[in-house]
Formats: sequence, C-alpha cells, structure tokens
Amino acid sequence: MKQVAIIDYGAGNVQSVQFAFERLGVKNLVTADKSKIQQASHVVFPGVGHAKAAKSHLTDTGLIDFIKTLNQPVLGICLGMQLLCNYTEEGSTEGLRIFDTNVLKFNVDLKVPAVGWAPVNSKDHPLFENLDNKQFYFVHSYYAELCEQTIGLADYQVPYSAALANENFFGVQFHPERSGVEGQQLLTNFLNLS
Amino acid sequence: MISKRIIPCLDIKNGRTVKGVNFVDLKDAGDPVALASSYSQKGADELVFLDISATEEGRGAFEPLIYQVAKSLTIPFTVGGGIRSTEKVSRLLQQGVDKVAINSSAVKRPVLVSEIANKFGSQCLVVAIDAKCIDGVWKVHTVGGKQSEALELFSWAEEVTDRGAGELLFTSMDHDGTKAGFAIEALAELSSRVNIPIIASGGAGSIEDFSELFLKSNVDAALAASVFHFSEIEIAELKDHLRSKNIFVR
Repeated sequence: MKQVAIIDYGAGNVQSVQFAFERLGVKNLVTADKSKIQQASHVVFPGVGHAKAAKSHLTDTGLIDFIKTLNQPVLGICLGMQLLCNYTEEGSTEGLRIFDTNVLKFNVDLKVPAVGWAPVNSKDHPLFENLDNKQFYFVHSYYAELCEQTIGLADYQVPYSAALANENFFGVQFHPERSGVEGQQLLTNFLNLS
Repeated sequence: MISKRIIPCLDIKNGRTVKGVNFVDLKDAGDPVALASSYSQKGADELVFLDISATEEGRGAFEPLIYQVAKSLTIPFTVGGGIRSTEKVSRLLQQGVDKVAINSSAVKRPVLVSEIANKFGSQCLVVAIDAKCIDGVWKVHTVGGKQSEALELFSWAEEVTDRGAGELLFTSMDHDGTKAGFAIEALAELSSRVNIPIIASGGAGSIEDFSELFLKSNVDAALAASVFHFSEIEIAELKDHLRSKNIFVR
C-alpha cells in the first residue's frame, strides 16, 4: 500500500503537493514525525522559500541527519532538491551532500527569477518514463550545476540539472505538482519506484 | 529556454467570474471553479485569480473558493485582492495558492513587498500595477483603478523590484477591455527597466495582438480575461499561431 509522507519543515506551500497526490488517489500526510516518515512508502522533501531558513529549521528539529538515513524513495522538489546538494550559494548554506553538486545563483542576461515552463531533456531514467523532452513548470533563482547524477537537463543560458538521482534519492528543480499532466505523470513514475 | 506564458485571469466578484470594460460595467462570465479546471485542461500555462471587490469592500479574498480552485488545478495559481499582511499571505499559501499578487496595499505600504519577499521568497510575490497614461505620464492607480496615485509606473516598478518582487503584472487601464491590442511601447520600456519577469495585461482582442506583444517587447507572459472566458480565442489556436511566428510556447 503506497503512502506518501511530505516532510513538514515550515517551508511554505506544501498544500499544492498534497493536492497533487490527492488527485492521484494516493494516501498522503504532511508531517515532521520521524516514525511516520519512516513508515511511508515514499517521502517528498518539498521546499519553497529561503535555503538558510529552511536549513536551520531542519537542523533544529533533527530532521537533517534523519533524512539521510531514509531507505525508501525520496523526492526533493525545488528548494528540497537544492538542499540535497553539497552546497548552495543562497545564504552560503551547506546541504545534505546526497547529490554531488553545488547550487549557484543565475548569473545570466536573462530575467531572474526564471519563471515558466521549460523542456527537460532526460536520460533514460524511470522517473522520466514517457516524459522525454516534455515541459515542466519552474520558478527559481538558483540552479544545480550539471554532474554525474544529472538525469534531466534544462537550460537558461547555462545548462543545469533539472533532475538528479542518487540511489533512492531523487530531486527535481521544477514543480511536478503544478506541471499539468506531465507533472502528474512524473509523480506517478516516482510512486512506481521502490 | 523558458516558454512564453498565456495566463487567463479570473476577476472575481461575489464568488462569480466577471469582466468589465475599462474596469467598470461588469458582466457575469461564469463559475470560477469550473472555468479554472477547463483552462487547465485547455493548455493555459498559469491562472491568475483576482478578487476585484476585495480592496474596495475592505475584506479579504474569498478563501473557500480559492481552496476549491487550488485543489482542482494542475497549473500554477496566483491570487490577488485585499492582501495587506504576511499573515494573509501565509493563510493563502496554506489554501494551495502558489503566488500572491499585491497592488493597492503595496502602494500604501511599500515595505509590505520586502516583508513578503523576505518571509516567503520572491518567487511567490507578484506585484500588480494598474496605470493610465495621463499627459504622457503613466500614472499608477489603486483600489481597482478608482484612485490616482502620485506615482509614476516605471520608477514604481523599479522600486518594487528592488524591494524583492518576483514578477510584475502590468495592466494598462487605457487598453483594458478595449480589445485593441496591448500597451506595447510601455511594456517594452518596462521590460528594459527591470530584470524580473513581466506579465502584460490589458487590451487583448485577437491572436495577432499576442504575437505582436511577444515580438515587439521582451515580456514573459500575456494575461487576458474576456477573450478566453467568452471563447473568442481558444488557447490551443493561440499557441499554434505563436509557434508559427517562432515564439516559444508550451
């Protein structure tokens, strides 16, 4: 029986993530309770807001070390994905070092934040099954550099990691919960991982 | 590469979608929850939902309705109208809203822009500006266009950008409801003055108005209401037209 735990760490809007799983008919809860998170078949690490504030909240609640110990599939979304990297320039914040890459601020001639739908060029990965070169909704001022663990690539004058994977950890820079049928498909693909 | 966005706007009054000509003479355009879902299916890139009576009547946006819309939608969702505090923003985010738009309250208390940006991030803050060109000067208006302010569009846009706005939604009151095309010159100027995304609003009448907008100004999104509500323009057809002009859309 699939059950999704959405980690609650005071990081803004988790309601739209919850709605997305409800639309898929999947049991889900927003929680900071470690035993409940541990029991879930899938974990979502969401995030909207500032990296530094999010990190200090995670540290205070002891969630930071706990997240690293999870064995089930974990999906970091947006700031959640960025916090799973080594380091982010936003507030000079150390990450969880799950993904071996750094997060930098866009230094481009284009408008920042980057807001809108952009195509993701994905490698042959189960998270992107039936989704190669589809567009997803992004809103971000920081991006993860390309690395060995990049499974989806987008570009905004610079190429960057739109999606990352390392063992049971996955991360997407875009918002699948607000990316139409493609986003729903990606969440379905995530739920099919075990 | 990011695509240009097409954004239907739902103006809400008393729980119904309405559309006025030059901000007055409102006509009923239907049930907002049903309209929102249908736009999501028809290929809209985002939705904006403005409670146009909120500031005027001195009350907040209609939260239960917002919750229903947020729940059914699979695309990003911005809500504006009567937002005056970070507490209100927090409540709206909890309903499933992705971004908030502020207008009159930002003019009244500019520090609200910084407060929201610092607490929730610039990505969830759209500053809406209504302006009218009077004797060659774009004057900012508030309270649903009813009140003229001692502010000029471009300098106000720069100020809110510095204070942390994530996007600007500019409505030309001179063009709104006329269906005679967008305020392209002002939009091009605005886009050269600030480095955040700009949503153009006011004046959409034909599919050519949209292609002209994107070809002649560097705006990021186009917002319209009645041409979509009354099915005068179908989003799929509009996007085919934009693609034919080599404008990158979803």
